[in-house]
Amino acid sequence: MTIQEIQDNIVDEFSMFDDWMQRYEYMIELGKSLPIIDDQYKIDENLIKGCQSKVWVHAELEDDKLVFTADSDAIITKGIIAILVRAFSNQKPQDIINAETDFIDEIGLKEHLSPTRANGLVSMIKQLKLYAVAYQTQLN
Amino acid sequence: MSTVIQNMPFDVDEIRKDFPILKREVNGYPLVYFDNAATSQTPQQVIDVIVDYYSNYNANIHRGVHTLSQEATDAYEQARVKIQKHFNADKSHEIIFTSGTTHGINLVANGFTAILQEGDEIIVSALEHHSNIVPWQMLCERTGAILKVIPMNEEGALIMSAYGALLSEKTKLVFCNHISNALGTINPIEEIITKAHMVGAAVLIDGAQACPHVKPNVNELDVDFYVASAHKMCGPTGVGVLYGKEEWLQKLPPYQGGGEMIAEVTFEKTTYAGLPHKFEAGTPNICGGIAFGAALDYINKIGFQAIQDYEHKLLAYATEKLLQIDGLKIYGTSANKTSVISFNIDGIHPYDIGTIIDKLGIAVRTGHHCAQPIMDYFNIPGTIRASFAFYNTTEEIDRFVEAVVKAKNMLL
Repeated sequence: MTIQEIQDNIVDEFSMFDDWMQRYEYMIELGKSLPIIDDQYKIDENLIKGCQSKVWVHAELEDDKLVFTADSDAIITKGIIAILVRAFSNQKPQDIINAETDFIDEIGLKEHLSPTRANGLVSMIKQLKLYAVAYQTQLN
Repeated sequence: MSTVIQNMPFDVDEIRKDFPILKREVNGYPLVYFDNAATSQTPQQVIDVIVDYYSNYNANIHRGVHTLSQEATDAYEQARVKIQKHFNADKSHEIIFTSGTTHGINLVANGFTAILQEGDEIIVSALEHHSNIVPWQMLCERTGAILKVIPMNEEGALIMSAYGALLSEKTKLVFCNHISNALGTINPIEEIITKAHMVGAAVLIDGAQACPHVKPNVNELDVDFYVASAHKMCGPTGVGVLYGKEEWLQKLPPYQGGGEMIAEVTFEKTTYAGLPHKFEAGTPNICGGIAFGAALDYINKIGFQAIQDYEHKLLAYATEKLLQIDGLKIYGTSANKTSVISFNIDGIHPYDIGTIIDKLGIAVRTGHHCAQPIMDYFNIPGTIRASFAFYNTTEEIDRFVEAVVKAKNMLL
């Protein structure tokens, strides 16, 4: 699936919920099911700055695709990063660089999260794209 | 601490009518504002003063001969006298207007650059706000002085025997908050001041968290410097006070250069203005200062004894209710504390709870409360901090506890 197709699926899933509580419950569920990052990668260098809770992201190139693993010490944040990992992992770096992120707004995440949390979200997306840029340079 | 004066009978429903913001809704729920330790809300009486200033007599002070300037100057200087009386300072020129507590602390720290020598010691408490540690570290870098820390115990209270052991003739300055922002602990500042004076050290007390709850008597305390912010005591942001004993304020050099703080200027030499203007360079926050005075009028009318009694009831009620929640732990359990509850629930990040209860219209603080050393001590990423003011109610506490339980059930 392309990034766009995955994002469309996520938007579809979230459109089933009527209120914020259900959205949050779903995010918490996603957070709980996120494959945990290997402990060796839970290091300060992999921490994303700009989040009130701790978020670690690790990126690895498998063939020509970038695979993300992540974790957080806060469960809602973990749900958010799980959504991002699902949307961007296992994709070509160039596709990740080019990907739009409007789906965040469409699933009501940005407007429903507190300003500092929203900033954390922006930092997370930025970090994933930075990894993609770094690996793209390597592939070139 | 509090003086008994004749006040209106305490009626929280009447008081709440004074605060327009308490009528608003957040995320579809009536606002429950429990972040008072970060900033307090503003009563209509203070808002009216701000509107009146900009509507009727906005002008620069201390120099104009025209009527508006005179009116603004009079109102500003009257506010200084109100603050002097509130803190029971001997002289009005011992009251320096600042932009807030942090400004006051930096002003004193900067002044001590000229006084300290290499090897001198500064003592601070382990209960400090980040911003309170940094100016002293910078002062130590500038002068070669050494920073020492009074440790705290499990209850979040300072270990006073350790303080005694730290004091020596090398101690030149002791800095401590009156009440801890993260835990609400009331520190034994009388003892801290007396003991510091026995070795000839000056004492600066940070009253930012204390002033909404108690009326400090700087004269009785015999404190050398005391700082506070208006915005935590129903006043506006961007204005605060530094009280300093006259002899100390004379001794310290000016902090900033500019207008207002000079007597005479030539290119060869400038002579500084007397107190308090020596420390008030540039056009000050005139409206803020006047509104600060109005805020003091407002809370004094309610009365600190009534405020303390009522807030104590809120604290006891909230503590009892919260402790009924399984796995909830309160940090800062010193018997001597104000209406602040810092807590966590086993297995849940404070940020997750804060996010969910915000959706239910409840404002609390989550995080390390700018007191990372305290959080490190308890080995936690942060806490949820609910801080109550005299305009909060037990009904609001019920809604808050209900929201915390709801969040807990969602998150676990």
